[in-house]
Amino acid sequence: METEAIREYIPLYTQAFILTLKTGWLGILLSAIIGISGGFVLYFKLPVLSSLVKMYVELFRNTPLLVQLFFIYFGLPKIGIALSAFVCGVLGLGLLGGAYMTESIRSGLEAVPDSQKEGAVSLGLDRRQLFIYVVLPQAFAISIPSIVANVIFLLKETSVFSAISLMDLMFQAKDLIGLYYKTAECLILLVVFYIIMLLPVSALGRYFEKKLRFGMYGD
Amino acid sequence: MSNKDTILTVEHLYKAFDGTSVLEDINLEVQKGEVIVLVGPSGCGKSTFLRCLNALEETDEGRVLLDGEVINPAEGKSLSHVRERIGMVFQSYDLFPHKTILDNIMLAPLKVQKRDKEGVKAEAIELLERVGLFSHKDKYPRQLSGGQKQRVAIVRALIMHPEVLLLDEITAALDPEMVREVLDVVLSLAKEGRTMVMVTHEMAFARAVADRIIFIDGGKVVEEAAPDEFFDAPRTERAARFLKTFSF
Repeated sequence: METEAIREYIPLYTQAFILTLKTGWLGILLSAIIGISGGFVLYFKLPVLSSLVKMYVELFRNTPLLVQLFFIYFGLPKIGIALSAFVCGVLGLGLLGGAYMTESIRSGLEAVPDSQKEGAVSLGLDRRQLFIYVVLPQAFAISIPSIVANVIFLLKETSVFSAISLMDLMFQAKDLIGLYYKTAECLILLVVFYIIMLLPVSALGRYFEKKLRFGMYGD
Repeated sequence: MSNKDTILTVEHLYKAFDGTSVLEDINLEVQKGEVIVLVGPSGCGKSTFLRCLNALEETDEGRVLLDGEVINPAEGKSLSHVRERIGMVFQSYDLFPHKTILDNIMLAPLKVQKRDKEGVKAEAIELLERVGLFSHKDKYPRQLSGGQKQRVAIVRALIMHPEVLLLDEITAALDPEMVREVLDVVLSLAKEGRTMVMVTHEMAFARAVADRIIFIDGGKVVEEAAPDEFFDAPRTERAARFLKTFSF
């Protein structure tokens, strides 16, 4: 093990780390926007849109991210839509994550007991007030564990970005291994950087889950 | 024919679930300040009837009038207005777990009635003091016992100043020791002249609090009487048989 090599590679990994984070979090932001919209459409059973969202969810949950990225990066230019690797990464991750987030939000909304809604309605709350003040906060608390799991899953999925030549952490590791054959050093750095990226998310997720879990408010 | 003190009128109410009749031709007039207790075997339609009164259930036929105004579940918006005037407390409390006790109580007066926050808070505190729960105002529902939650649920309904209060088996989920603390609150409300329609299996309490007992069986009103008359000398054989199940 050469500690000198590790020290030398750290700046390169840091660059890749920043790019991975940027792509990952932008993708997650997009997936959250899609997920909230899709979840609301399914919860309110909006005609036509509900069927479209269901088709979208099935399509993106049942195909690997790598296939989706290939489709966006190599397929779309054939019909005249050429996007940068970065945009493709964000879009691919956003669309995949959006399908999972849609299901998390929908299941959270549907898990709020009917008795809670009746309790609110019997106080005179209208449908909008019922949704904003009673259903949404409780649904969010119920959804938190699966939303956190999705975020961690999506950040880990960034490791396939190298396949579309995005210079993420995985790309950097493979590149350096190919150039200098310092496999152990490069892989150790790769693991360390992924842990640095994901450990705070896990810890933050656990904190929010405990704080907001249904019926556990006030801890 | 309604008189000027009638607050709630039920006329020829019918309700069925999936073709099975649950309520048949129910008629009722509730006078201001009157306490009506609905009794009957489980599944006889008491709770469904109560839920029809504030349109939580749609009726198939007949109508419910609050102070002469028809409550129509088809009129989406106006129902909120009606429900403000008919408070309801449920067996399962249904407090909002994400809100403190004080926020649970203040939500509806602030958002539905758009009342002044300071005034609502002062009233909420006064009501909490009255039911002995002031020190719990900043806690969350899960930190309270069943009896305490039910008292909060009653306060949450009372702060809306309802003209009629519906109580649906509010002690059914409580330990015997907690039943008393909740029933004492209801008894004090009856004494101050609140109009209430309630479903209960606490027969001694029903006798103590009711102005009128309505015995329902198979979705029909079988007997309607003053409490002493109903409990001491029920007119129907079915009511007598029902009351016998409570004696050992």
